[in-house]
Amino acid sequence: MSDVLKVPTMAEFMAQGKQPEVLFWVGCAGSFDDRAKKITKAFVKLLHKAEVDFAVLGAEESCTGDPAKRAGNEFLFQMQAVTNIEVLNAYEVKKIVTACPHCFNTLKNEYPSLGGDYQVMHHTQFLKSLLDEGRLTIEGGKFTGKRITFHDPCYLGRANDVYEAPRDLIKKLDAELVEMKNCRKKGLCCGAGGAQMFKDAEPGNKEVNIERTEQAMETKPQIIAAGCPFCNTMMTDGVKNKAEGQIEVMDVAELIANANDL
Amino acid sequence: MNFLPNVIFAIILFIGIGFFVKNIRKLKRNIYLGKDANISGDSKTRWKNMARIALGQSKMVSRPISGILHIIVYIGFVIINIEVLEIIIDGLFGTHRIFSGIGSLYGVLIGTFEILAALVFIAVVIFWFRRNVVKIKRFLSSEMKGWPKLDGNLILYFEIVLMGLFILMNATDAEFQSMNSGNVISQFFAPMFEGYNIHLIERVAWWMHIIGILIFLNYLYYSKHLHILLAFPNTYFGNLNPKGQFNNLEAVTNEVKLMMDPNVDPFAATADDASVPDKFGASDVQDLNKIQLLNAYSCTECGRCTSECPANQTGKKLSPRKIMMDTRDRLVEVGRNIDANKGTFVDDGKQLLGDYITNEELWACTSCNACVEACPISIDPLSIILEMRRYLVMEQSAAPMELNTMMSNIENNGAPWPYNQMDRLNWKNE
Repeated sequence: MSDVLKVPTMAEFMAQGKQPEVLFWVGCAGSFDDRAKKITKAFVKLLHKAEVDFAVLGAEESCTGDPAKRAGNEFLFQMQAVTNIEVLNAYEVKKIVTACPHCFNTLKNEYPSLGGDYQVMHHTQFLKSLLDEGRLTIEGGKFTGKRITFHDPCYLGRANDVYEAPRDLIKKLDAELVEMKNCRKKGLCCGAGGAQMFKDAEPGNKEVNIERTEQAMETKPQIIAAGCPFCNTMMTDGVKNKAEGQIEVMDVAELIANANDL
Repeated sequence: MNFLPNVIFAIILFIGIGFFVKNIRKLKRNIYLGKDANISGDSKTRWKNMARIALGQSKMVSRPISGILHIIVYIGFVIINIEVLEIIIDGLFGTHRIFSGIGSLYGVLIGTFEILAALVFIAVVIFWFRRNVVKIKRFLSSEMKGWPKLDGNLILYFEIVLMGLFILMNATDAEFQSMNSGNVISQFFAPMFEGYNIHLIERVAWWMHIIGILIFLNYLYYSKHLHILLAFPNTYFGNLNPKGQFNNLEAVTNEVKLMMDPNVDPFAATADDASVPDKFGASDVQDLNKIQLLNAYSCTECGRCTSECPANQTGKKLSPRKIMMDTRDRLVEVGRNIDANKGTFVDDGKQLLGDYITNEELWACTSCNACVEACPISIDPLSIILEMRRYLVMEQSAAPMELNTMMSNIENNGAPWPYNQMDRLNWKNE
């Protein structure tokens, strides 16, 4: 990427005495992980296309504390939460969108009782609402007729009962949405949740991401769509192991941005 | 008139119910060893959940074969128990089939019971085959060896015998057969007993049936079959929040607020009334809350949780069902300790963590909530796993090395990886 993306920060908005429509919470993966950064950029392009007045926290953002909490370190989680809440409340943030279901779950469910009450949306929900309001149009483009299967992120699906928003978006691509045998409420984890992303798995006879990749491959997809940077990593690794070069793993935001040639 | 049978019946009934009540009190005491649980949400939703999930069996049918068979046994069990009311009245007052006076409706009722009894019989036989002949993976796990397997089979034998006795008692009741109304199933068995002393057989079957029911009632306390009662309170107290929402520990919140408060004098002496902070997380059953302990008693070891668990599916040691079984086993052990020591718990050098549940099991969890979703009666094994991880990390600093690295990264630079917080927006220029 040569052309620089325009990504305003909350500090810049405040300096101008303005409030953005929504805060884009990028998250650690979205900020630092090479694969996830592409998702972040795709989503930013869509925000620009829909002319959404958004801002990020930039260097004022910090980990939500999700992996620490799931690992059992409630202290570290609450320290992170309280610090983030101070920043968010200082900017009088009302609405947050994030492309990470873990940030989404933590901000939406675990921050309110610590003093952080915001309207929090997953990026697939937000894109769906832009679509419904007519601010964003989705064209199938190069995905027309492609077989796409959607892997439900645990922290979006079972954890928060969001199953349809990502699927509605995929259907808009005129793609053929195929479901795995374990989907929606019965979706199988990618293996990264509960802080597993940051450690080796316990001894067993298989990796969880391989099991899930095999389930995805049973649907003979051309693309595995994901809605979480960690699921994306796990499924990408699984595909490398099982079907290198035959299947692509893409975030729903990337699918839409690519379809629109952004 | 001879009152002896009535007196004997009353004594048996009194002992049977009395012993059951005594054990239920013990069960309640054990559950109350747990901490108070935060029961948020309105009770209307809770009653609805109970009606839908426990009474309405809504989650059972997600697995159609076992689900439908279970509903047959459940409906049969509930409805046939109306008959027990008649048996009790007959037994206490020396009457015979007191409700038969209501006329043709009686035939309809007993006829329904007989059909249900036959259906239950068939369903239970299929259940037995599923557990013992068909190799269903979730019944073969290591935690199902020994007593849990025997327990599962004993329940099925109980039901086979009770249903058999019910039909036998009707088949050998000459008076009932001569009414020729309601004997839809038993009429086919009645001819088999011609030439025998059917009055004696009927009496024996009648007595064995009611004594069998009382024994079964008292067996519950020692068995996974407790779920027939506890599924109701358990679904009432089931979590109403989004499944991804883990509770925020209040004890930690207080500490963190204190740390973040610029007005706190760090050198101030602790107030005299300052209580020792709670233990963080759980290493034993007393550290769990009442709902988690109720969950443990309610579990009927069906294993749907375990068969949905990604860790278990890929050969890891973790089995959410075992987490629940271990919690109950330890709680029973603690309860016996209290009984043996005149009402106080004497340290036995054991605890739930380590002696029952290993660190390896706890660290295998991906917190994906598949087990919670799979449970037909709203048990939450994940909340227990989390509490025990909290103990490991906050009381023992015993997290796996890689997680310690992740956590110190978050502490130092606000991300689980060693990147500088100031670089968080660098992606926009890359």
